[in-house]
Amino acid sequence: MSSFKSKYQDELIANAAYIGTPGKGILAADESTGTIGKRLASINVENVESNRRALRELLFTTPGAFECLSGVILFEETLYQKTASGKPFVELLKEGGVLPGIKVDKGTVELAGTNGETTTQGLDGLGQRCQKYYEAGARFAKWRAVLKIGPNEPSELAIHENAYGLARYAVICQETGLVPIVEPEILVDGPHDINKCAEVTERVLAACYKALNDHHVLLEGTLLKPNMVTPGSESPKVTSEVIAKYTVTALQRTVPAAVPAIVFLSGGQSEEEATLNLNAMNKFQGKKPWSLSFSFGRALQQSTLKAWSGKDENIKKAQDAFIVRCKANSHATLGTYKGDATLAEGASESLHVKDYKY
Amino acid sequence: MSSFQSKYQDELIANAKYIGTPGKGILAADESTGTIGKRLASINVENVETNRRILRELLFTAPGCLDCLSGVILFEETLYQKTAAGEPFVEVLKKGGVLPGIKVDKGTVELAGTNGETTTQGLDDLAQRCKKYYESGARFAKWRAVLKIGPNEPSPLAIHENANGLARYAAICQENGLVPIVEPEILSDGPHDIKKCAEVTERVLAACYKALSDHHVLLEGTLLKPNMVTPGSESTRVGAEVIAEHTVRALQRTVPPAVPAIVFLSGGQSEEEATVNLNAMNVLEGKKPWSLTFSYGRALQQSTLKAWGGKDENIPKAQAALLLRCKANSQATLGSYKGDANVDGASESLHVKDYKY
Repeated sequence: MSSFKSKYQDELIANAAYIGTPGKGILAADESTGTIGKRLASINVENVESNRRALRELLFTTPGAFECLSGVILFEETLYQKTASGKPFVELLKEGGVLPGIKVDKGTVELAGTNGETTTQGLDGLGQRCQKYYEAGARFAKWRAVLKIGPNEPSELAIHENAYGLARYAVICQETGLVPIVEPEILVDGPHDINKCAEVTERVLAACYKALNDHHVLLEGTLLKPNMVTPGSESPKVTSEVIAKYTVTALQRTVPAAVPAIVFLSGGQSEEEATLNLNAMNKFQGKKPWSLSFSFGRALQQSTLKAWSGKDENIKKAQDAFIVRCKANSHATLGTYKGDATLAEGASESLHVKDYKY
Repeated sequence: MSSFQSKYQDELIANAKYIGTPGKGILAADESTGTIGKRLASINVENVETNRRILRELLFTAPGCLDCLSGVILFEETLYQKTAAGEPFVEVLKKGGVLPGIKVDKGTVELAGTNGETTTQGLDDLAQRCKKYYESGARFAKWRAVLKIGPNEPSPLAIHENANGLARYAAICQENGLVPIVEPEILSDGPHDIKKCAEVTERVLAACYKALSDHHVLLEGTLLKPNMVTPGSESTRVGAEVIAEHTVRALQRTVPPAVPAIVFLSGGQSEEEATVNLNAMNVLEGKKPWSLTFSYGRALQQSTLKAWGGKDENIPKAQAALLLRCKANSQATLGSYKGDANVDGASESLHVKDYKY
C-alpha cells in the first residue's frame, strides 16, 4: 500500500467509520480558553475553569444527546476535567458510545509576503503529545488550517503550506492511534459568488489529497472537515439545494471514496441554516461514497448558551435547547429533517463573525 | 467550478457516462501501423493497408459484438477506412451504438538522465488534430503514458512529466469535444510483488488527479484506463480476488467519484485472465462509485487473430471467437461471468517484456 502500516491500522479504520455512523455526528466543543472566553462574555459569565467545566458538563450530560453524537472534540483542559460528582468527562463520553477527540493545533501564524494568509502551528513534539492524549482516552484529533478567498487568494504558497501541514499532522496522528480530522477551512468572508467558492474548494481539496498521498496517510483512517460551498458572506444567499449541489459536486471531484466520512464545519451559519444545508446534502441524488455528517461548534451550542446564561436554574432549559439541535442534525444526516425543530431564541441568527479567529 | 467551461460540456459528460454503460466496454483496435504489423506477422499476414482494413472490418462487423461495446479506439488510418461495400467504419460503429475513439499520442521518448524512463509525445498541434477527428466522427481520445517499476522507478520526474502530459492532453481534448481517456500504464515487468504495484499505482494515480485538477479538467467528462494491480511478471501469481481487492482499494484511495468509468487495460494478461480479473472486481463488495469495465486490445483479439489466419474462409470462425470474448467481458462488467469462454488459447499469456506499441 502507499500508506505506511500503523500498528493502530484496524482501530483507526473502525473509529473513523464509527464517526460516520448514520444518525450521528460530532460536537465541536474544543474552543480554546481565549475563544470560550468570548462565548462566556456574550452571556455575562466569567471565564474561569469552573465555569468552563460547568458548561461542558451541561452539554455532556444532556439526556439523549449521546445518541446523536459519535464524537466530541475537546480542548486539552477539558480532556482532564470531571463532572461535579467526580467522573472524568472522557469516561462519561466512552460510556455513552461517544469517541473523545482532541484539538492538537496551536493556532495560526501569518505567512510573510502574503496578504494576511496564514499557516497552522503545532507540529513540534506532536508525536509525544498525541501519545499522551491517546493514553488519556482520546481516539481522534483535529487540526484547523485556514484559507481565505480574495483577488489573489488563496495563493499557491498558502495552499501548499496548509495542505502539507495537514498531511504531516495526519500521519503523526495515525502513528499514535488517533484518527486525524483534516480541516482545510476556506473562510466565507467576502463578496465572491458560489462558483468562486466551488473553484477554490476544489483546488484546495485536490491539494490536500495529493499531500495526504505524499505523506502515506491511510485515507480509510481519516475524516474530512471542510466548509460547505456557499456564496461569500457579502454576496446574496442561495437555497440549501443549491449549496448541497455545489458542495457534493466539489467533493465528488476531489475526495476519494476511501474516506469514510465528511463532517462539515458550520462556519458562520446559523444553527438552522447549518442543519438545513446538511439535510439538503443528504437528500441530494448523486454519488456520495462517504457519510455526510456534522462537526458543529457554534451551530450546536448557540441557543444552548443563551438559554443557560451561566445560571444553574437554567440548566434544564439549556439542555432542552441542546437536544433540539442534536436531534435536528441527527435527522439531517439521514435527510429526514423537516424543519420542525422548535426554533429557540436565536436559532436562525447568523453566527458569522468577520475574520473569525478561534 | 474549478474546471473550465467547455462548450461541449454536456456532450462530454453524456459520452463519458455512456462508455461506462453496464454490460459494455471498449475494444482497443488502435494499434499503430508498426504494432499491427507484428500482430499480422504472427499469423503470416502481410502488413499492407488492405489487410489492416480487412482485419478491422472483420472485428466491426462481427455479429453481436457491437452490442457488447460502447466504444472502439481507432488508429488514424482506420478512422478514414470503409467496409468492402464502401461504408465508413465510423458509420458502422455509430449505427451500432458504438462511439468511435482515436489514439492521439505520438509514442514515447526517453527522459534523459533516467534509467530508461519515458514521456509521451503528441501535444504539438493537438487541438487542430482533435478538431479534425471530431469532424470525422470521433467522440473520445486515448493517450498512453508509460511508467515502470524498478529499484528507483518510477522517479518523481517520470511521474510528474507523464501526469502533466496526460492532463494537458485531457484539457485540449475537452476543448474540442473529445472525452479523454487518461491512461497511466504501469508496466507489469519485474520481480516486484503486488504490494509494490499497489503502492506505485496509488502514487501515480494521485499525481494524475492532482495534475488534472491543476489543468481544470472536467472529471465527469473523462475516463481512466489504468493497469490492474497485480504482482510483477516475474513474481508469483495470485488469485483474481486478490487482484480485485488490491485494485479496487487503490482506486478507492485515488480516483474521485466524479469519474464515471474506469476502463482497464489488459497489459500482458491472457484473454481469460483479463476477463476473470474484471469479473472479480465487479463481484467484490465495497465502495465503487465508478463503472468498472474493459478497454482491451490483445485480450479481445488474440484468439480472433489466430482463428482468422488471414484467410477469408476463416472470417466467420474468427468473428465467433471475437463474440465469445466480447460476451465474456460484457458479463464480467456485471460480475456474472461463469468461466465458460475459456477455450483453446484463451489462457495464453500475452506478456511481452518491455512491450512497445
